[in-house]
Amino acid sequence: MAKGVRPRVKVPKSASAGDVITIKCLISHKMESGQRKDKDGNKIPRSIINNFTCTFNGETVIDVKMEPAISTNPYFEFDAKVPESGEFKFVWNDDDGSVYEETKAIEAA
Amino acid sequence: MKFKALTAIAALIVAPGLAMADPDDDTMIINGEVEMITKTAVPEHMSDTAVSELMSGWHFRSDETQALQMDDFDNPGMIFVDEGMAQWETVEGTEGNSCASCHEDPSSMKGVRAVYPKWNEDAGEVRTLAMQINACRTENMGAEPYKYTGGEMANMEALIALQSRGMPINVATDGPVADVWEQGKELYYTRTGQLELSCANCHEDNYGNMIRADHLSQGQINGFPTYRLKNAKLNTVHARFKGCVRDTRAETFKPGGPEFTALELYVASRGNGLSVEGPSVRN
Repeated sequence: MAKGVRPRVKVPKSASAGDVITIKCLISHKMESGQRKDKDGNKIPRSIINNFTCTFNGETVIDVKMEPAISTNPYFEFDAKVPESGEFKFVWNDDDGSVYEETKAIEAA
Repeated sequence: MKFKALTAIAALIVAPGLAMADPDDDTMIINGEVEMITKTAVPEHMSDTAVSELMSGWHFRSDETQALQMDDFDNPGMIFVDEGMAQWETVEGTEGNSCASCHEDPSSMKGVRAVYPKWNEDAGEVRTLAMQINACRTENMGAEPYKYTGGEMANMEALIALQSRGMPINVATDGPVADVWEQGKELYYTRTGQLELSCANCHEDNYGNMIRADHLSQGQINGFPTYRLKNAKLNTVHARFKGCVRDTRAETFKPGGPEFTALELYVASRGNGLSVEGPSVRN
């Protein structure tokens, strides 16, 4: 597991059913591209988060394939429609096999 | 700003875009709650300067960059505050202490950032916040000091600055610090390097104008440590001073040394009255 990785998600606690809400996601990660060399000239191995998904009650909201050019601490902001109360689940997949997860419940009135 | 009127005329004739170097009149409200003082009257000691109003560097940035600082979730500097929090609770050194062992919650640091650099009676010297952190580490924890401008130091400064967010900067300029403050003032107005530029040439005489492709601000340090978009990390005051002096093509002073400490005291006092913003977001 890469060092200092911590997912952060901002989702409103409640919304009216059918509302479109804005979700913000940030994960601290160094996103080593694999293109750089250390001071001895050795290649620094690639270590990035290669995939990010968000699902709502099991249904896919967004599924992002990520590439090495994406900067450190990748940030995503997107809109989602909330038809009913439920749970957003966020999953980040690391190159080294680690999986970082976060869930947020939302109340739809 | 001597050249402001001229710039405005030039802007009318040549291209409206030129006027963009001027600071704006936006209001900074963080998380929709904390309203910050980003413009205020000049302190007494600056009455003989050309500065008519103190302005946070925030006013000189684009709306997009400004917005980053107005929401803690969007502010990339807050990542480093989290790291600082982890450091706060980490036991290090021979004494078996962490910061939390003595100071408990970081909220005990409220007000600290606003008054530093300040006189330390026991040590008989002016101490910056970074010097105090390292003194605490070496004397009370028996731990290795942080590198003066390093990441761990910046994280800790960000955590401590955050506790004072919104409080007005209020560093003392008289009493035991008077000599050091005068030394800092001297440095501020001394031209350095092949370009023969003093701090004042850019940040007092020309704030609001462009320096090549970038806006010159008043060089306030109320927002430090600062997350800079250009290097995607937190930057400390002395690292920034070093960059500025280097840009005049001079040999720089040593970060953590007496010259930059004096300069930090003086520059901090030029922001007396502005809110503590750290960690702020700049270009």
